[in-house]
Amino acid sequence: MQRALPYLLLLPATLFLMVFFLYPFGLVVVESFTRGGEWTLANYERMVGHWRFSTAFWNTILLTAVVVPLQLIMALAMATMVSKIEAGRTTILYIFAIPLGISDLAAGLIWLAIFTQSGFLNSMLSFFGLIDRPIFFLGFDNLLMVFIAIALAEIWRATAIMMVIIVAGMGLIPKEYNEAAEVFGASRWQRFTKVTFPLLRPSLQTALILRVLMAFEVFAVVVALGGTSFPVLMGETFNWQFTLQDRGVAAAYAMVILGLSVAFTIVILRLLHVPKEARI
Amino acid sequence: MKHTNPKALATASAAVLALSAPALAEPLFWSTQAQPIEETQAMREQVLAGFPGGVSFQASDGGPWLTRLEAELSSGSGTIAVLGALHGDLTPLAGDLVDLSGADIAGIPDGLLELGRLGTDEQKYAPWMQATFLMAANRQALDYLPEGADLDALTYDELIAWARTMAEETGQPRFGFPAGPQGLKHRFFQGYMLPSYTGSMVTEFRSDAAVAAWEAFRELWSHANPASVSYNFMQEPLISGDVWVAFDHTARLADAFNQMPDDFVAFPAPAGPEGRAFMPVIAGVAIPSTAPDMETSMELVNYMLQPETQIATLRATNFFPVVEVDLPDDMPASVRAFGPAIAAMTGAPDAMPSLLPVGLGTLGGQFNAIYADAFERIILGRQDIAAVLDDQAAALRAIMEEADAPCWAPDAPSEGACPVN
Amino acid sequence: MTVATPAADPLAAAAAPDVRRAGRWVLWTGIVLLVLWVLVPIYLLMVNALSSPAEVNAFPKRFWPSFDLSSLTFFFQFQGVLEALWNSVRVATLTMLISIGLGAPAGYALSRFEFPGKEAFRFLVIMTRAFPLPLLALPLAVLFIRTGLDDSILGLALVHAMLALPFAVLITFSLFSGIPVELEEAAWTLGCTRIQAFVKVVLPLAAPGIAASAIFAFVISWNEVFAAAVLTIQNRTLTAFLLQSLNVSPLPLKFAGGAALVLPALIFIFAVRKYLFAMWGIANR
Repeated sequence: MQRALPYLLLLPATLFLMVFFLYPFGLVVVESFTRGGEWTLANYERMVGHWRFSTAFWNTILLTAVVVPLQLIMALAMATMVSKIEAGRTTILYIFAIPLGISDLAAGLIWLAIFTQSGFLNSMLSFFGLIDRPIFFLGFDNLLMVFIAIALAEIWRATAIMMVIIVAGMGLIPKEYNEAAEVFGASRWQRFTKVTFPLLRPSLQTALILRVLMAFEVFAVVVALGGTSFPVLMGETFNWQFTLQDRGVAAAYAMVILGLSVAFTIVILRLLHVPKEARI
Repeated sequence: MKHTNPKALATASAAVLALSAPALAEPLFWSTQAQPIEETQAMREQVLAGFPGGVSFQASDGGPWLTRLEAELSSGSGTIAVLGALHGDLTPLAGDLVDLSGADIAGIPDGLLELGRLGTDEQKYAPWMQATFLMAANRQALDYLPEGADLDALTYDELIAWARTMAEETGQPRFGFPAGPQGLKHRFFQGYMLPSYTGSMVTEFRSDAAVAAWEAFRELWSHANPASVSYNFMQEPLISGDVWVAFDHTARLADAFNQMPDDFVAFPAPAGPEGRAFMPVIAGVAIPSTAPDMETSMELVNYMLQPETQIATLRATNFFPVVEVDLPDDMPASVRAFGPAIAAMTGAPDAMPSLLPVGLGTLGGQFNAIYADAFERIILGRQDIAAVLDDQAAALRAIMEEADAPCWAPDAPSEGACPVN
Repeated sequence: MTVATPAADPLAAAAAPDVRRAGRWVLWTGIVLLVLWVLVPIYLLMVNALSSPAEVNAFPKRFWPSFDLSSLTFFFQFQGVLEALWNSVRVATLTMLISIGLGAPAGYALSRFEFPGKEAFRFLVIMTRAFPLPLLALPLAVLFIRTGLDDSILGLALVHAMLALPFAVLITFSLFSGIPVELEEAAWTLGCTRIQAFVKVVLPLAAPGIAASAIFAFVISWNEVFAAAVLTIQNRTLTAFLLQSLNVSPLPLKFAGGAALVLPALIFIFAVRKYLFAMWGIANR
């Protein structure tokens, strides 16, 4: 019974995933390796041979590499700050959690209203007399600005999810540990790096994995702010599936996204490995 | 809620079906057109309300639209009664559409019906409504029009000069172009710019004249608002004043004219050395082979082609009728502005109609991408024009050969696949 | 911190109030900045939603709304909005139940047991989140049409549950991992069965976190467009109803639609904030 228990607990979820994920997923995998009914790598060759592939690939990686570490720092800062206050804690946590409820399409819309030519940022600059006429922030010849706008929107939209997971994790660290460290004269920074951070590893792992997977599928925000000037993998997948109507190549793109996600998940699991004996 | 076992799932789903999905009373009109919320509302309340028994009109983005349809086709049973979509959306589906030769299509011009046959001998879709692309300008921009230029007979050179003057004298670029992700830029290159310079859409794709056309566009683009890469609908920057002169689909300009009727003028697309090329846009109604009730579907198609319905559709969507109708006087400002501009364009002495691609099937999207990619590489990527055109021409040739599609206007008719020189 | 620092050094004790006050100041400045960072963009969306179409297109923009309700009222007159809203709530609630019902046991198993196949299962779960849904929608739609699940609230909830399941599994896994197994063992030695120990000891500790992951599930379902647009026809959810046409609607309507979508999610998170953050009650154990 003891040995069967974990499998019994996993059974419902596994069966569910088999029907609703593995079955359609298998069909798409087959699609990516076939063309006109024959097994081939032609879809992958076509994907890699297209001039936009490498740009989309590196843009996606670059965006993830910039956005996710910043978000991790922000989420940790938010969680730590909140743990230090008494009054208004619930309200402030609620405010920090608000972007959770906002879809990526709505987030793109919000940030477009800020950065667009006749948008709020330009209105503010002109209010303070800093500019005579609106600046084009999102022009094709100003890719750095486009990138900054996308990164800001992504940080704004998706930090909350990491914050909530980390807050939940911090809540589980017994206060006595920190107090003991304080008694032994540890500084705040030492308490954070030596006590809180190591005990937080399971939550950090979860937060990072989920966030990185979402980052590889970034799409709506990018389209809203960057148009076609900042191609990303998910956008190309859409493009091949629906505009170019080549499902094989779209499936190949999906496999690339999957491959990246799996690779990064392994890295995160390794980096933040929690040995059994080190758990609380 | 753990219906994970397939058998339990089937049982549960049968129960759910019985409880929650009663047989559809109203036929489902599955459309890629009239997607903006206001248009959807108008389609339901003003266009389809008169159909006996009612219609469930659902507008959807191209992706979900196609996915849903493909799912119904491949499972062999469906709920969609009638499809409404652009010519290009319908071409890949030719094999799954019912012949509509029996519908009330007598009043529709032959040229449009020919497009609706999609290169087969059956009427795959019935032309439903039409539109085209025009230029629109803010009245403030007219002060900067080059001397001697006539709005109704503008050339590309004059347009470039105009855009330059506006940029220099007002201090910011005022020309706008729908180069956003959902913008219809490829139609400009296919149906307007390239034919105007080369007299061809496909065959002369990489000729010297085509290089000249792209050079001219590069010049025009240097005076264009850089935010053009994010414009999908030119009516928005026109209304906000970010752009004063723009090219776009009539339905995507209409809002500017309707909101500020006194501020804008519409005029024909410019002419190049070979003529004033322009492209019609056709949307069609079709019946998928999986439609649940063919009779109702056919009645709905016929209903859509009635003159009264066509006028109501014009009000709702800014797409013009495909049959002869007498327009009432109280049409929206956009319709009143576009009518004369379209007449001036189609009736111009140098008019050169460029048709939508015929016979490309599922390759239609990739055909459009050839032109959009050329734009991105030449204009945004600043790559060498001749080299890009050579590269894209090879891809274009491969598409034409794979589809084995003969040439269409303005290219001369061909035996077999349309050649790319 | 409620525990006073031992004042061994009189000099340090004298300096402490100043340092502490400065620390407080920095802390509150940081909090205020972060609160503004989150709220200002939402405020701007609301300004746009509550302004007349002409104001939305104007430049320079005003930073306060004129409370022109024409765009918003348009939405509520839109045929079927209320049914769509109700459908959204039903789908999201079902999604929440299914994903937690399936995910929490799996998360518990992953945190408490070492067994062959554990890593494989974790990967399977993570993969579901790593694969673009729009490509899966076609095979799923075919499956649904064949089994009759098509165009039903349950069918859509099942697909949304698939999207939410990785969150449920991974979040509950990290939660259960953070609850010392010794607590459970202590309960066993006191005569509790495994189930009793779970219900009486683990569940109260984990409940807030489980609630948090249930909220994720709700929000994921609430905001999902693509599957909803493909899999529901008559029973559309609010998102499928509004969001996909937002792309092509005029700007003022876009903002009003954005606000119409954001508001219910905000209210929902607000309504459950107690559960989301009740975990602070257990932090002092």
